[in-house]
Amino acid sequence: MSLNRVVITGRGAVSPFGIGTEQLANEVWQGQSGVRTMADWDQINGLKSFIAAPVPEIDAKSLLPRSTRRTMGDMAIHAAIAAREAANDAGLSDDFLKSGRVGVAIGSTTGSPVAYETFYQKFLPKRSVEQMKSGFFFKIMSHSCAANVCLYLGIKGEQWSPSSACSSSAQAMGLGYMLVKSGRQDAVLCGGADEVHHTVTMVFDVLKAASRKNDQPSSTPSPFDSNRDGVVCGGGSGVLVVESLDSALARGADIYCEILGFGHVNDSVHIANPHQEAMSAAMVAALKEGEVSANEIDYVNAHATATDQGDIAEAAAIKNTVGTSVPVSSFKGHIGHTLGAAGALETIILLEMLRRQEVVPTLNLSNPDPLCSDINLSREIESLKIDIVIKNNFAMGGVNTSLVFRRW
Amino acid sequence: MISDEEIRQQIIEVISEEFELDPGQLIPTATLYDDLGLDSLDAVDMVVAMEKSFGVKLANEEAIKAVRTMADLCELIINLKKEIENS
Repeated sequence: MSLNRVVITGRGAVSPFGIGTEQLANEVWQGQSGVRTMADWDQINGLKSFIAAPVPEIDAKSLLPRSTRRTMGDMAIHAAIAAREAANDAGLSDDFLKSGRVGVAIGSTTGSPVAYETFYQKFLPKRSVEQMKSGFFFKIMSHSCAANVCLYLGIKGEQWSPSSACSSSAQAMGLGYMLVKSGRQDAVLCGGADEVHHTVTMVFDVLKAASRKNDQPSSTPSPFDSNRDGVVCGGGSGVLVVESLDSALARGADIYCEILGFGHVNDSVHIANPHQEAMSAAMVAALKEGEVSANEIDYVNAHATATDQGDIAEAAAIKNTVGTSVPVSSFKGHIGHTLGAAGALETIILLEMLRRQEVVPTLNLSNPDPLCSDINLSREIESLKIDIVIKNNFAMGGVNTSLVFRRW
Repeated sequence: MISDEEIRQQIIEVISEEFELDPGQLIPTATLYDDLGLDSLDAVDMVVAMEKSFGVKLANEEAIKAVRTMADLCELIINLKKEIENS
């Protein structure tokens, strides 16, 4: 069986900068930060990080019908809006979307934490499920985003929801790539979503991995910087249309890039700690699958979340894999760590870099950590010929993913 | 004491708000499923909304299942309120 070549033909975003890929790109190119102080988080006992990069308030009622919105938490609402934009951007007709030849792979860390909190606020005082509305379960189930997007767009193909926290949407893109490459689907809407919520930031705060620069939100997170102090959680959703080259050409679609390889490696060493060798192994696996040599790589988009250990391990892994001269940056300084959405939202920015032929630097990187600065950390927007790139995303639980893209 | 007509008006307001429907659609003969487009999930939420709005408990599942139209719903709530008042 011959394998299909796989390309990306559509992008859709709901980010800390609001709705749309254009809005996201404009703010990133202007060096803006989506991080802000969260009201009332300082009232939570023990929590020491009061900052996040949430999606600004959206009038979902004007965008989505009640019949689908009723079972959506914020993350599914964001995923639906992003999926609609991605499908429109790719020019997917309704007939094609509903043909069964198009699938969905959209993951998240959990179901909606806002919906979880609402439920337990009602349930716990009297241990009562009276007044429980019908939409609750559909907002908290792990495949809430994928299921609701399928319903909203009428998609009848395969529905998947990879859930691996910070690499959920990177896994979703990898899964979509495999589904299309193998011919199971002609196209897959791939991505992820997550919500800003104090219980999410709490996870990192408990591990002493959340930024506490509460009085200077736009200066943090600062990946690769000497003064970095951890993750700032963000929210939103990114969705990409992953499609077979044959299908895209037959439709006359505009193509952003080809997906050449997907590396996916478990370190199997520690549930929380980053693992340099596994990071390298993921990149090497993606390069090998794409039949690309390390010296062909023009840029690496790092996962780099601004944790102490993670950034050092990734810098070393990048150095060992592609050397010290390849430009590297992370987008966490702009949009925070959008967790399940990170892989897709960051890929959307990366595709814009390929389109504009410009490298976007890491925001808030003013004093590179000597332990990270063996690699070529981009410091300013720079025009550069960029054709083949690596996109890294890693997650707690030992997950290491790398995708290799080639500009079309 | 709330009148039957006030109960009907309140039901229209609650259903209109809960399901984002035009109050003008909510005529007595309107069927919940066919005319108003509600479904089994909405039926669950309708009960929750009625209980919350009128401070009653809709425990008789057979009576709820028998509700077909707006008039049926109004009759159910009016009778329930009367039962509570008489007891």
